[in-house]
Amino acid sequence: MMSSAVISGFVLGALAPWLTRRLGAYVHWLLALLPAALFAYFAQFLPTIAAGNTVRVASEWVPGLDVTLSFYLDGLSLIFALLITGIGTFIVLYTGGYLHGHHHLGRFFLYLLSFMGSMLGLVLADNVITLFVFWELTSITSFLLIGFNHTEAKSRRAAMQALVVTGGGGLALLAGLLIMAAVTGTTELSEILGSPEVLTSSALYVPMTILVLLGAFSKSAQFPLHFWLPNAMEAPTPVSAYLHSSTMVKAGVYLLARLSPGLGGTELWFYALVVFGAVTMLVGGILAMRQSDLKLVLAYTTVAGLGILTMLIGLGGDYAFKAMALFLITHAFYKGGLFMVAGAIDHGTGTRDATRLGGLARPMPATFAAAVLLGLSMAGIIPFVGFIAKEVMYEATLHVGATGVVLVTVAAVFGNAFNVVAAGIVGLRPFLSSHKSTPHHPHEAPVSMLVGPVLLAALGLFCGVAFPLTAEFVAAPVMASLNGLPVGDQAAELYLWHGIKPPLILSLATLALGALGFVFWPQMRAGIAAILRAIGWGPDHGYDQTITGLERLAYAVTRVQQTGYLRHYLMATFLVAAAFILGTLIWVGGLPTDFRSPTLLLPEVIALALLIGGAIVATIVFSRVAAVAAVSVVGYAVALLFLIFSAPDLAFTQFMVETLTVVILVLVLMRVPLEVSALRTRAGRLRDGLIAIAVGTAVSLVLLTTTQGPLDLRLSEFFIENSVPVAHGHNIVNVILVDFRALDTLGEIFVVTVAGLSCFGLLRLTLSRRKAARASIQPAQRTDSGDMPGGEA
Amino acid sequence: MNSIILHTATRILTSLILMFSIYILYRGHNEPGGGFIGGLIAASGIILYSVSFGSSWARHGLRTSGLSIAGAGLFFAALSGLLSAIHGLPFLTGLWYIPKLGIEAKVALSTPLLFDIGVYLVVVGALSTIALELEEARD
Repeated sequence: MMSSAVISGFVLGALAPWLTRRLGAYVHWLLALLPAALFAYFAQFLPTIAAGNTVRVASEWVPGLDVTLSFYLDGLSLIFALLITGIGTFIVLYTGGYLHGHHHLGRFFLYLLSFMGSMLGLVLADNVITLFVFWELTSITSFLLIGFNHTEAKSRRAAMQALVVTGGGGLALLAGLLIMAAVTGTTELSEILGSPEVLTSSALYVPMTILVLLGAFSKSAQFPLHFWLPNAMEAPTPVSAYLHSSTMVKAGVYLLARLSPGLGGTELWFYALVVFGAVTMLVGGILAMRQSDLKLVLAYTTVAGLGILTMLIGLGGDYAFKAMALFLITHAFYKGGLFMVAGAIDHGTGTRDATRLGGLARPMPATFAAAVLLGLSMAGIIPFVGFIAKEVMYEATLHVGATGVVLVTVAAVFGNAFNVVAAGIVGLRPFLSSHKSTPHHPHEAPVSMLVGPVLLAALGLFCGVAFPLTAEFVAAPVMASLNGLPVGDQAAELYLWHGIKPPLILSLATLALGALGFVFWPQMRAGIAAILRAIGWGPDHGYDQTITGLERLAYAVTRVQQTGYLRHYLMATFLVAAAFILGTLIWVGGLPTDFRSPTLLLPEVIALALLIGGAIVATIVFSRVAAVAAVSVVGYAVALLFLIFSAPDLAFTQFMVETLTVVILVLVLMRVPLEVSALRTRAGRLRDGLIAIAVGTAVSLVLLTTTQGPLDLRLSEFFIENSVPVAHGHNIVNVILVDFRALDTLGEIFVVTVAGLSCFGLLRLTLSRRKAARASIQPAQRTDSGDMPGGEA
Repeated sequence: MNSIILHTATRILTSLILMFSIYILYRGHNEPGGGFIGGLIAASGIILYSVSFGSSWARHGLRTSGLSIAGAGLFFAALSGLLSAIHGLPFLTGLWYIPKLGIEAKVALSTPLLFDIGVYLVVVGALSTIALELEEARD
C-alpha cells in the first residue's frame, strides 16, 4: 500500500498531459485529489506514530544485491510525508491558477507530480539504495522543473547548476551510504541506525560522515554551496513554493535528521553542523536583505532557514530537536504560503520588486490577510507556532554546554532578526506603504491561488494556539526519531507562555532588532550591496569558473585521448591487452611449462596452413581489398577449425560473419578516399609488426597455459544435463543463447541495434552535410573553436 | 551491377536464401542454427539483392526501414521476457505451450522461440541498415 502511495505520483503524472488536454482549465481540481488523498492516507498513521510505534513495509527489488523496496514510517518521515502531500495539494491547485492556459501545463503537472513521488519515496525509504534512487530522482525532477521555461538561457543555467551541485553531492552521498552499509553489514537504515556505536567507533567514521554531509549540504544549500538555490528562482513560482517549503531543499535536512541517531553525538558532527549551519543562517540572512525581488528575499531566507535547521540538528539534545521539529513545520507553512503570496502579487500587478509595490491592501484583501498572518508566523509573534519555535530555539542555544553559548545565541538572534525583516518586506510592505503604480492594474488572485496561502496561514495559527496537539503529534514523534529513543512527555511539552525568562527576553530583542532593520531596510540594502560589490566575487561566480575550467580540462584530455585515427585506438587497445596478459602471466608465475607438440590430422594441417598463409598475405599485400580478403581467409580457417573440432554452430556463424564482414568492408573501402599518406612508412610497419608479435606471443602463451591444466567441465556438464529437461532443446549453444543466458543475448541485440542506429545516424549526417555544403555557394567554414566546449568563454 | 547472370541468379538465390534463413532460425533449438545465424543469412540475401539491383530496389523489397525491423525485434525479445511476469516468474523465464494438432503433428510454441525471432529480426534489421546506408553514401 505504501509503495503504491509512492508510485501513484509517477503514474498520475504520466497521465497528466493527456488529462490536461481533455479537461483543460479545470484539471488542477482533479489532479489535486491525489495529493489530498495521500495526505489523508498518511494522516491516519498519526495516532499510531504518536503512540510511539513505527511502520515498516518491504518488498523485494534486487535481492541479490540486498536491495529492497522498503519504506519506513516514524515521526520524522510522517511529518515530511504530510508536508509533501499537504502542501503538494495546494501547489497543484495554485499551479492551475498561476499557469492558467499555459501551453505546457500538462507537462508541468507531469514534472510536479513525479517530483512529489520522488520526495515521498526519499523520505519514506528505509533501504539505502532505495533512498539514493529517490534522492537522485528529486534532483532530476527538480532539474526539469527549474528549467521549465527552457527557452530562456537563465532558466537553463539555473537548472543545470542545481543538477550539477545536487547531483554531485548525491554521488558523495552514495559513497557515504555504501560505507555505512559495509560497516554495519545491512542496507536497511532502520538497522544501520540501530547500532550507532558500530558506526561512530568505525575507522571509516570520518570519511563516511564527510561524504554524507557533502550530499546533505549540497542538497540543502549550506554555505558555500548555497548559490544554486536562489538561482532556482527562475522556475515558475509554484515550483519555488514547493521546493522551498517542504521538498527538495529540505531533503538534506531530512537526511541529517534521519542519520542523526547513527552518526550524531560526536565532535565532528557537532562542529560541522553547528558551524556550517550558523554561517549559512547568517550569510543567507544578510544576502536576503540585499534583495528587493520578493521571491529572492524569500529564497535567501530559505537558505538561512536551512542553516537554522542544520544548526539545531547539530546542537542535539531534547531542546534542539524540539526546536527543529517546530521550526520545520513553521518554515514549511510560512515559506510555502509567502511564495504563493509573492506569486499572487506578481500575477496581480506584473512585478515582484518590493521597491515598486505599495498599497495593495485595498485591491488584494484576501492575499493581504494571508500575507499578514504568514508574516506574523515568520516573524515569530505570539500566538503563532513560529513564536513557540523561536522560544524553544533560544532555549536550545542557551543549553549548548559552556563553549560558545554566547556565540550561538547571538548568531541565532541575528538570524531570527533577519527573518523578521524579511517577513515585513514580503508580508507588509507591498500592502501597506503608499500606493505605487504597477505594470498591471492590481487585482485579486483567483480562488485556486488563494486556497494555499489562506489555509497555510490558518495552520500556522492553529498549531500555535493548539500547542498541546502540536507537542503530541509533531514535536514528540520527531524528537523520538532524532534521538533514536522514545521521548518522555515532559521533554516534548510546549508552552505559549512560560513567564518572563531568558528566551522571552531574547525574543523581544529579536523583534526590536528586526523592527529596526525593517525601518532602515533601504539603507541596509544599499550598504550590503556596496560591500558585496567591493568583494566582487562569490560562489556563483566561482561555479562558472569551475565549470569553464572543467570544460577546458576535458577538452585538453580529449585531444590527447581521441586523436581521431583508428590506428591509434587499435594500437592502444592491443598494447594494453598484450601488456596486461604478459604482465599477469609473469607476475603470478603462470608461464607454460609443457611444450609437447600434438599430433595433427590432415584437415587440421590444411586449416592451419590456410590460417598462416592468410595472415602472411594480409601483411605483405598493398591493396586494401586484397588485405581484407586475406584476413577473411584467416577467419574461414578458424571456422574450419571449429568445424573439425565439432562446433558446427560456431563454424556456421563464423562463416557468415566473415562473409558479411568482407562485403561490408569492401563497401566501406569503395567509399573511403585512399590517400598516399594512408600507406605506412617503414618505421610504421616495423612498429605495427612488433605490436602484432607482442599480442600474438601473449595470446599463445595464455592459451598454452590454459590448455596445460585439466579442463573444468562443470559448466558444460550442467548445460548438457539440463538443456533438454529444463529448456526443451537439444542444441546447447542455442539453448544457452535464448534460455539460460537470454539476458546477455538481450543486451547484445541491444548493442547490435544501437550499432545499426549509429551507423545510420553517422552516414545520414555526413550525407546531408555534404549536400548542404554543395547547395551553398560558399561552403560553411568549419571553425575549430566552435567545436570546443566552452570555446566562446 | 549490370550483369544478366548476376540478376538472374540473384532472383532465385535471394528467395532461397531467405527461406533457408527461416528454416535455420526454426531448427536452431535442436540442430545447429538459430536466430543469430538465421539473421546473418537473411541479411546476406538482402545485401546480395541490393548489390545486384541497387539499394532503392532492396529498400522497396523490405517494405519498411531496417531500423524498424530491428526495433520490432528488440520489442519481441523483450516481450518474450515479460510474458513470464504474468505467471509471476522472473524476467525471461522460458514458457512452453504445445498444442496437439493431430495424431502425430505437434507444434512447440515457446517464449524462447519468440525471443529467437526477436534476435533474428534485430540482426537482419541492423545489418541491412548498415549495408544499405553504406551503399548509398557513395557521394
